[in-house]
Amino acid sequence: MPNPLDTAARATPDRIARKLRGLSDRAIAWAFVAPTIFLLLAINIFPLIWTIRLSFTNFAANKPNAEVKWVGLRNYERILTDPDIWQTMQATAHFLVWTIVLQVLIGFTLAWLINRKFRGNDLLTTLIVLPMMLSPAVVGNFWTFLYQPQIGLINYAVEFFTGIPASSFSMLGSVTLAPWAIVIVDTWMWTPFVMLICLAGLRSIPDYIYEAAEVDRASPWRQFWTMTVPMVLPFLMLAVLFRGIENFKMFDLVVQLTGGGPGDTTLLSSIELKREAFEKWRTGYSSAYAIILFVTVFGLASIYVKALNKVKER
Amino acid sequence: MSSYSVTEPSARSKSVAAVLVVLYAVITLLPLLWIISTSFKTGPDSISYPPKAIFSPTVEGYVNLFTNRTRATTEQLATMPPPANFAEEIVRKRNEVITGPSRFGERFLNSVIIGFGSTFLSIMLGTLAAYAFSRFKVPLKDDLLFFILSTRMMPPIAVAIPIFLMYRTLGLSDTHLGMILLYTGVNISLAVWLLKGFIDEIPREYEEAALIDGYTRFQAFRQVVLPQAATGIASTAIFCLIFAWNEYAFAVLLTSGNAQTAPPFIPTIIGVGGQDWPAVAAGATLFLLPVMIFTILLRKHLLRGITFGAVRK
Repeated sequence: MPNPLDTAARATPDRIARKLRGLSDRAIAWAFVAPTIFLLLAINIFPLIWTIRLSFTNFAANKPNAEVKWVGLRNYERILTDPDIWQTMQATAHFLVWTIVLQVLIGFTLAWLINRKFRGNDLLTTLIVLPMMLSPAVVGNFWTFLYQPQIGLINYAVEFFTGIPASSFSMLGSVTLAPWAIVIVDTWMWTPFVMLICLAGLRSIPDYIYEAAEVDRASPWRQFWTMTVPMVLPFLMLAVLFRGIENFKMFDLVVQLTGGGPGDTTLLSSIELKREAFEKWRTGYSSAYAIILFVTVFGLASIYVKALNKVKER
Repeated sequence: MSSYSVTEPSARSKSVAAVLVVLYAVITLLPLLWIISTSFKTGPDSISYPPKAIFSPTVEGYVNLFTNRTRATTEQLATMPPPANFAEEIVRKRNEVITGPSRFGERFLNSVIIGFGSTFLSIMLGTLAAYAFSRFKVPLKDDLLFFILSTRMMPPIAVAIPIFLMYRTLGLSDTHLGMILLYTGVNISLAVWLLKGFIDEIPREYEEAALIDGYTRFQAFRQVVLPQAATGIASTAIFCLIFAWNEYAFAVLLTSGNAQTAPPFIPTIIGVGGQDWPAVAAGATLFLLPVMIFTILLRKHLLRGITFGAVRK
């Protein structure tokens, strides 16, 4: 009676030979993956489950010994009916939409220009990338200095070019300007990211397509819209996805720039979440808020990825 | 180019493009140059209007960054022994005396320990896992990218709530070990993804040849795959290091006295009457400059990490 394991071993002789010499592939695979999975469970999955659990309670982290009550969906109900939360959502949406619009426009243009392949373009690309490699908190903090009405470089530049007196406006202190001030800094910092992805997209277009278009006498304008744009689109959409996710949870840069002010006009959802969780210590409530944010991003991203896949298939 | 090519941009369009990109680069680098130049200004020079582009440089900002000082009257200063070093000399000119070192050195060291510690751990665990994901049938394999994306959708503050509670119970709050584990947990999914990409590119035949030669799987991994993946490992490491180096949200919420890193500390540097901008700029310069230099030197290897490994060559 042939052993089925033996038959399998004969089919893959080197595998059984390996088993004789050391650990089996299966054991090695598990030994290699286990620490990573453990860490992911401990730092990513377990906290998520804990947050979901907390979101149904009235737990407060600064009173660990107080009685914890199960409150059902009340936290969720309170958040979704709170007009202040909707205001932070609006601030977040303003930030999200404008940063993405500006970064896509500037980033794509830059990539398109760099793709002209002039001399020194790779060094320039590296220099342009610098802002996004730096610590957002440290850089954001310094931008508050650049934005100072009396002494700041930005206000001076505005006065120099437009004649509007530098001390007459405060980018971070005015309720109308502050939402734009944070958009400007984020655009300054993250446009290179969109640029890099677009550049990869542009470089992936094979030359022969343009040669064929040239033979067909397609105008440069037509080539741009019917070939360049559609072929870069999947890359561009990927860049938008990453920027969208990042900016939905934006915290470090904006908390340093405005801290959510003036008058809550730049109170993005992550900053509000921090206030609820670590200043007011409403742990249960803020956990529910965190879950709502997570589900929102997750839902939007899933829809978006579906659309992205459709574009890719074309 | 000697032969005519329709896809080669014309010389004119090249120079127009070059001029525009240089213009953008100048504007975008100005804030960074301003940080560096402010760090060499005196207090009054840093806040003069119009802003000073030309000034006589001083290391006052750096002295302020590394010391704590107190005001002294002229009479007090007169009774003191002569300044022991250049730092004392600079400070005394402003009627101040040094009372001791500031906490910046410690914070910077914390950044180094936590940054390198978490990078080492991410790479060690990440390389093992990436190898397994690349070569064996392992559960979760197909969900990996999805998993990375979804862990990145959670705002850091949301993760910080349960981590805060967990660390408090385990005694890990405000410790180096706690921060190293946390940053490793955050970095590892991306590290595995990037490393898997690099290892996928190493032909399996190399290992198979080694196995036939009598190597065990583990020996083949160590002596054949690791050297081949060295460049990929290095660029992933740089990426993990930069993340941990720059991270702010977890650091500000989970550390205070002992394990606080530089990013939450630098914005809190204050002098007499408001923020001491030359000192802040000095701290920022020391903190940002290594990353800038790294980026310029290692530009070729960084690209993949930046674009999430999603854009492959």
